Amino acid sequence: MRAVTTRIAAATAAAGALVPVTAFADALSGNVQKQATNWEAIIMFLAFVLLTLGITFWAARRTKSAKDFYAAGGGITGFQNGLAIAGDYMSAASFLGIAGLVYTSGFDGLIYSVGWLVGWPIVLFLIAERLRNLGKYTFADVASYRFQQTPIRSLSACGSLATVTFYLIAQMVGAGKLIQLLFGLDYLVAVILVGVLMIGYVTFGGMLATTWVQIIKAVMLLSGASFMAFMILAKFGFSPEAMFKAAVELHPKGLAIMSPGALVSDPVSAISLGMALMFGTAGLPHILMRFFTVSDAKEARKSVFYATGFIGYFYILTFIIGFGAILMILAPDATGAYPFLTAAPAAGAKAAVTAIIGGTNMAAIHTANAVGGSLFYGFISAVAFATILAVVAGLTLAGASAVSHDLYASVFAKGRATERDEIRVSKITTVVIGIVSIILGVAFENQNVAFMVGLAFVIAASANFPILLMSMFWGKMTTRGAVLGGALGLISAIVLLILGPTVWKAVLGHPEAIFPYDNPGVFTIPLSFLAIWFFSITDNSETAKNERRAFEAQYIRSQTGLGAEGASAH
Amino acid sequence: MSQSAQRIVNNPKFQELVAKRSAFAWTLSIAMLVIYFGFILLVAFGKGFLGTPIGSGVTTWGIPIGVFTIVSAFILTGIYVNRANGEFDELNRQILEESK
Repeated sequence: MRAVTTRIAAATAAAGALVPVTAFADALSGNVQKQATNWEAIIMFLAFVLLTLGITFWAARRTKSAKDFYAAGGGITGFQNGLAIAGDYMSAASFLGIAGLVYTSGFDGLIYSVGWLVGWPIVLFLIAERLRNLGKYTFADVASYRFQQTPIRSLSACGSLATVTFYLIAQMVGAGKLIQLLFGLDYLVAVILVGVLMIGYVTFGGMLATTWVQIIKAVMLLSGASFMAFMILAKFGFSPEAMFKAAVELHPKGLAIMSPGALVSDPVSAISLGMALMFGTAGLPHILMRFFTVSDAKEARKSVFYATGFIGYFYILTFIIGFGAILMILAPDATGAYPFLTAAPAAGAKAAVTAIIGGTNMAAIHTANAVGGSLFYGFISAVAFATILAVVAGLTLAGASAVSHDLYASVFAKGRATERDEIRVSKITTVVIGIVSIILGVAFENQNVAFMVGLAFVIAASANFPILLMSMFWGKMTTRGAVLGGALGLISAIVLLILGPTVWKAVLGHPEAIFPYDNPGVFTIPLSFLAIWFFSITDNSETAKNERRAFEAQYIRSQTGLGAEGASAH
Repeated sequence: MSQSAQRIVNNPKFQELVAKRSAFAWTLSIAMLVIYFGFILLVAFGKGFLGTPIGSGVTTWGIPIGVFTIVSAFILTGIYVNRANGEFDELNRQILEESK
């Protein structure tokens, strides 16, 4: 059995410059050891499930129209939506993965956190309010606003489904492993449980239930992490310097944990990753969808402000928790024993980081045990599970609306489908996505799915983001430009990722990668923009002229909200 | 184009709103890009600097710089929302009012 840490270390060495997205997802995809059944965690998790099912029941009675189902009636406030966005975005991988990375490499964890946060201001400045003013339920509403519906919606739906599927596989496999680790349940049981619960939330409670599941999870995660960081800092009189000093003394890498390590060594990879993270965030369908749940552009802006605050705060907490892990796990307790290590270090030697029980992902969980005892340990385990549920519910809803709202209602029924039909298709799709993701979760159990979150971000950044941005900002874009540019972005992202080291070498086992970089974003994102530009300016068809003429009306609506979707009456 | 839309286009306040808000949004976007890619380039090329301890302690310059990058994202969103939801939305309200 290969430990997670060795996998990360090997990948780092092999790739030279490791793409953080990859390592990140890998944090939950390596082999794990099944732990003893953790009853405290199971009871607390059951309490969470009961609460969320209660909310789903409540939400189901309020979910009647399509607007209720896709957008919670448009009645979520900016603050609530900010929390929900944070709940949608902070995955178990970011909690356990970053804390685990800080525990093994120190400063490098901070590089990841920063990358995952900085897309948010861009979403606010360039996307959020225009999206809210122009769209109804999905980002394809905006991307296809003045264009031919069939080609753009089909492409956007493909982009959405590709993003959602890859993201979902990573989450399902991660969930299975994590639950094995935390609750001592079987992998299969865990994956089925996640699949069934997410089907339940989404089909019955739609966006309203999904939103509240995400809000509750965000509150649980933020309060649990705050408590841990507080307890850790309290041990050092709230002096970070004292905490860092103690960690440097304990950690085998010593002072090296205070500076950037081997994770980002090659500037092309570093910038490519930065672009994929930054612009990928602005192209994730499940995130973009959240902006339709608020009443207007004002609330949409507030959502991002709160979300950025919560997510940024959370990443600072995970950094402290990672250092706390070094201090709790690598030091002997009051009796001189090392309760979280498989083997105590030899006399006079420093404890090995990799000797941690259950792998480095368990760093945050062990730390919870050390600072708050077994009850708090159970709580944090339950939070980790709740985290996965909230993320997969959002993903499933985004996938289902791409199928029902974009493919079924607009492409297949040409806008003639009734609201009832559309919701019905959406619910059927939810069940299908749930079942498919259970199957994929099982199929990929022993695969390295690390590259999939990276793939999801690169696709979102190379296909969804350019079409969306250009459709809102550039009046000369045409259907042809959008379709060819988006398709090129989508295909080049997938192809280059497969030919790159993460898939070609690490997954397929070829000795050398054909494409040298882990993350193709630096090439595929500009390619997509360039293609949109080129195929638009060379398009002199009659429809292209009409599309250009229609820009002004779209522009006015996007800027002022004239004629924008309001909140529903109830 | 609808009559309201036509009135909006002809309203100088609309031009003012769009010009001001876009300039503001792009300025802040560029600020974020510069801060973030500055940080990433430091990670790629300036490891030595980021790893230099501040004073005689073990805390390195990389820590406050990393935390600053995170905090700056939040502050920039705050600056934008404050102005957009106040000054710009008031202007927008007037434009919509006058288009009726």
